[in-house]
Amino acid sequence: MSLIERSWLRKTGARLGAALTLATALGAAAAPSVDPLQSAPSIRIENFRFEPSEIVVERGSTVGWVNRDEEIHTILAVDGSFSSPGLDTDGRYAHEFDAPGTYTYRCALHPQMKGTIVVR
Amino acid sequence: MKDETNEGWSLETSRRGFLQCMAWAGTGLVWSLSSGVFSSRAFAEVASDTPVEGDLHFVQISDTHIGFDKAANPDPVATAREAIRRVNGLANRPAFLLHTGDLTHTQKAEEFDVAAGLLQEVKVDSVFTVPGEHDVFDDGGKEYLARFGRATLGGGWRSFDAGGVHFVGLVNVLSFKSGGVGQLGAEQLDWLRKDLDGRSASTPIVVFAHIPLWALYPAWGWVTDDGQQALALLRRFGSVTVLNGHIHQVLQKIEGNVVFHSAFSTAYPQPAPGTAPGPGPLRVPADQLRGLLGLREVTWRGGRGPLAVVDSRLG
Repeated sequence: MSLIERSWLRKTGARLGAALTLATALGAAAAPSVDPLQSAPSIRIENFRFEPSEIVVERGSTVGWVNRDEEIHTILAVDGSFSSPGLDTDGRYAHEFDAPGTYTYRCALHPQMKGTIVVR
Repeated sequence: MKDETNEGWSLETSRRGFLQCMAWAGTGLVWSLSSGVFSSRAFAEVASDTPVEGDLHFVQISDTHIGFDKAANPDPVATAREAIRRVNGLANRPAFLLHTGDLTHTQKAEEFDVAAGLLQEVKVDSVFTVPGEHDVFDDGGKEYLARFGRATLGGGWRSFDAGGVHFVGLVNVLSFKSGGVGQLGAEQLDWLRKDLDGRSASTPIVVFAHIPLWALYPAWGWVTDDGQQALALLRRFGSVTVLNGHIHQVLQKIEGNVVFHSAFSTAYPQPAPGTAPGPGPLRVPADQLRGLLGLREVTWRGGRGPLAVVDSRLG
C-alpha cells in the first residue's frame, strides 16, 4: 500500500474507500506485484487498540495489520471468516476481502480490542 | 466515590485498594480475615513460626510467560527460576504448588517444554495448574491439555481435598479462541454445582483460576463474564479464598465470606487498572523489576481460623 493511502488514511479515517479508489487509479500497475505482508499496513495495533478502528475499502482490497505493541495480539473475525495467528511485535497479517459487507473483528487475547472493516 | 462493598467494582476503590495492597506487600505484612475486619502482623513473626500439626501450607506462582522476550523482562525463565528457588528454600516445606496460568507466552511446544521443566524443579509433592489465555488462544487448549490436563475434567478443571480444605481449579479462558471474554461456561458451572453439592458450609474452599472471577476492570478484559454464577454457588460457605493471576499485580477484595487475591507474575508487571492506555507489559528500570514480581504462600495454621495469604517480592 502506498504512502498516499497511508496519509489519506490518517486524515480521513473511515473515508478510506475513496482514498483506495484514488490510490488504485494512481498506482494500479505496481500494485499486483506487492506482497501484502511486506507493504505498508492499513491498520496499526498500538496501545491495545486497532488504529483506525474502522475503515472502508473496496471489494477485492487487501487489508494489512501490524502489531506495534510489546504484547501478542491477534485478528479474529467475529463471524470466523478470517483469523491471524498470534502476532508478536512488528508481526504482520493481511487478508483480502472479496465480498461486500461489514466485518467486525477482535483480538482473541484481548477481547476489549475491536475493529470493523466495511467492504463496499 | 462510594465504596461498593458487596457488588460491582469501583475504580476509586480499586486504585486506593491497589496502593494499600502494594504498600502492605512491600512492608511484608500478613493479611488475615477475622470477623470481616482485616488484621495484619509482621511477616517475620509468621516466618519464624514453627509448623504445627494440622498446618496446611502451599504456594502459588503465576504468569511465568515463558517465551516472552521483550524489554519488560528479556529473561522470564531466570525470574521464574528465582521464584522456584524461593519456594525450594522455604523452611516450612509447602505441600504443593498452584500455577494460575499463562505458563507460556505464545503456547509454542518448546515454551511448554521449558515451563514443564521449570515446574519439575519445584520441590513439592504435587503441582496443579490452570491455563491462562496465552496458553490456549490459538489451539483451544490442545497443547496445554496434552501436557497438563492429566487428572482434570472437561477443559482442564478439577477439584481435590488437602488438609481439610476443598480446592477447585477453574478454567475461564477457553472462550478466547472464538473471540469471547473470560468465561466458565455452562458445562463447568454445572460441574461446579455438583462438586460443591452436599459439602459442609464449614469446609474452607480455595478456588484458583487465571482471570479474576469478579469484575476487576472489564475495560481491560479483567473480568469473568459468568463469574457471579460461580460465586453464587460459593456464597453459602463460611470461608472462600479465590486465587487468580492474569493481572500481574497484587490486588485484594472482600465480598462477604469471599476473599479475592490477584497474584504477582514471575515475568513482568502490568499497570494498575486504568493508569495506562492498555494492560501491556510495564517497563521499569532493571533494578526495580524484581520488586514487582513475586510469589505467594498460603498457610492454614493448625487447621483453624482464616487462611493466611502472604505475597512476597523477588527482590
